[in-house]
Amino acid sequence: MIIPRVPIQHRRLLPDRRLSGPTPWVIAILMMLTLLAAAAGIGLARSANAIGNAIAGRVTVQIVTANPVTRAEQASALRRAAAAQPYVRTARAVEQAELLATLGQWFGGENGEDPVLKSLPLPALVDVDFVGGERAGQLNQLRALVAQTAPGARIIPHAEWLGPVARLIRSLAWVAGALVVLMILASAAVVIMTARAALGTHFATIEMLHLIGATDRQIARLFQRRIAIDTAYGIALGTAVAAAILLLIAWQWARVTAGLAATASLGAAGWALLLALPLLAIALAALTARQTLLAALKKIL
Amino acid sequence: MVEFDSVGLRYGPDAEILSDISFNLQPGSFYFLTGPSGAGKTSLLKMLYLAQRPSRGIVRLFGEDLVAMPRHRLPGFRRRIGVVFQDFRLIPHLSARDNIALPLRIAGVSEEDLSGPVGEMLSWIGLSERADARPATLSGGEQQRVAIARAVIARPQLLVADEPTGNVDPDMAMRLLGLFEALNRLGTTVVVATHDIHLISRIDNAQMMRLEKGRLADPTGALRYPPNRA
Repeated sequence: MIIPRVPIQHRRLLPDRRLSGPTPWVIAILMMLTLLAAAAGIGLARSANAIGNAIAGRVTVQIVTANPVTRAEQASALRRAAAAQPYVRTARAVEQAELLATLGQWFGGENGEDPVLKSLPLPALVDVDFVGGERAGQLNQLRALVAQTAPGARIIPHAEWLGPVARLIRSLAWVAGALVVLMILASAAVVIMTARAALGTHFATIEMLHLIGATDRQIARLFQRRIAIDTAYGIALGTAVAAAILLLIAWQWARVTAGLAATASLGAAGWALLLALPLLAIALAALTARQTLLAALKKIL
Repeated sequence: MVEFDSVGLRYGPDAEILSDISFNLQPGSFYFLTGPSGAGKTSLLKMLYLAQRPSRGIVRLFGEDLVAMPRHRLPGFRRRIGVVFQDFRLIPHLSARDNIALPLRIAGVSEEDLSGPVGEMLSWIGLSERADARPATLSGGEQQRVAIARAVIARPQLLVADEPTGNVDPDMAMRLLGLFEALNRLGTTVVVATHDIHLISRIDNAQMMRLEKGRLADPTGALRYPPNRA
């Protein structure tokens, strides 16, 4: 039982006031930071996974043949040939208009009508998505196909340029995970200090209870219950504040639909883990308090 | 009931506070423990009420060796011993009633079953009308009576009292001693540590142990009868 049941008459053996002083407030702050770090870690990990999955099986073939007609023919031929391969899920030739529109954002011309932009010799691009399987072999097969249909074309695996980003995001997720662990340890340390302080404050009562035949378990349950309740107040407060912050961020995040940011979300499992964390924290606090109390009581005869 | 054999006690590396203490306490008897301040009376009582293990020697209580007894078995023995402290040691945030009920509650007696004995005990010590008072609002004598009621409510086989009359006037001291005597007549072995020679002379058939510099004054450990009543 996380918060042990103690008969109401026994509860009166400790004074009515809270045992732990500022502990609930410290626990509230730590819990809020823990949940925010956990949410950040989960979001980043999911984002890294999403990016990793998206880029792992995608390559872009860049055809740079000088003659625009030949270039277009090679792109079309490559798209058809690639689409027919069993190891390719989809093959798509990127439209010139799409390329111009994308580049137009930097050159300033709307709809690719900038004369400088129109004069640029743009390569033809073919995006190829592999089916799941052994990537290196699939890439070699595609290289052979490209050599036949579009000699001189460059194959650019997306993992080459987005991989470092995914790795960075994954590293940040690990850092967030480490922060969660550190804050849980800090919370446990706060509970240990609280339990020891409570024992020190009420030593005379404990000594008296011992002398009239109370067992360590009876005494520990009294303190464990009170510390667990005090800690639970802090955890509830920290969780409420963290939940408000996370819901606000989620509401704002819902409007972000572009780029890497759109890949970050908590998912059902992530939310479930966040909801489980406060319960785990209460259980950890109660267990820590119990072990601290029992260890301290053993030092008294 | 209680057997001490060549018991010694030291705190840390210092010299022994108690040395070569040997005696037997018989069931249903009344004992006074006397001696000058610093002779080791409180330390001896601590071993009697299981707050301290001896550094050497054998202590047998209720027929069992307490020196080697595992710690988890001690609470069961402590429930058979009542202790009255010189400084009362009442729990300050509990009422007189709750302080008296404490040993029964710790022993797991239900609220239904303990209300009767607690009421009787309050009546016995003359504090029925102050049952809900906190210790801080009671006089020294009233606190001492509550402490005694707490010590005896579970009908202990052994009652240990450390200077129980040290904080009360002579009249109250005699009344408290009367409570001990009444309990002794019910079969409880009583050990009272005191400086008060007049108190000792008030109990018929009480026996006396005298400690001097950590040793029983009689090197054989034999128990002495008190001086005749004045």
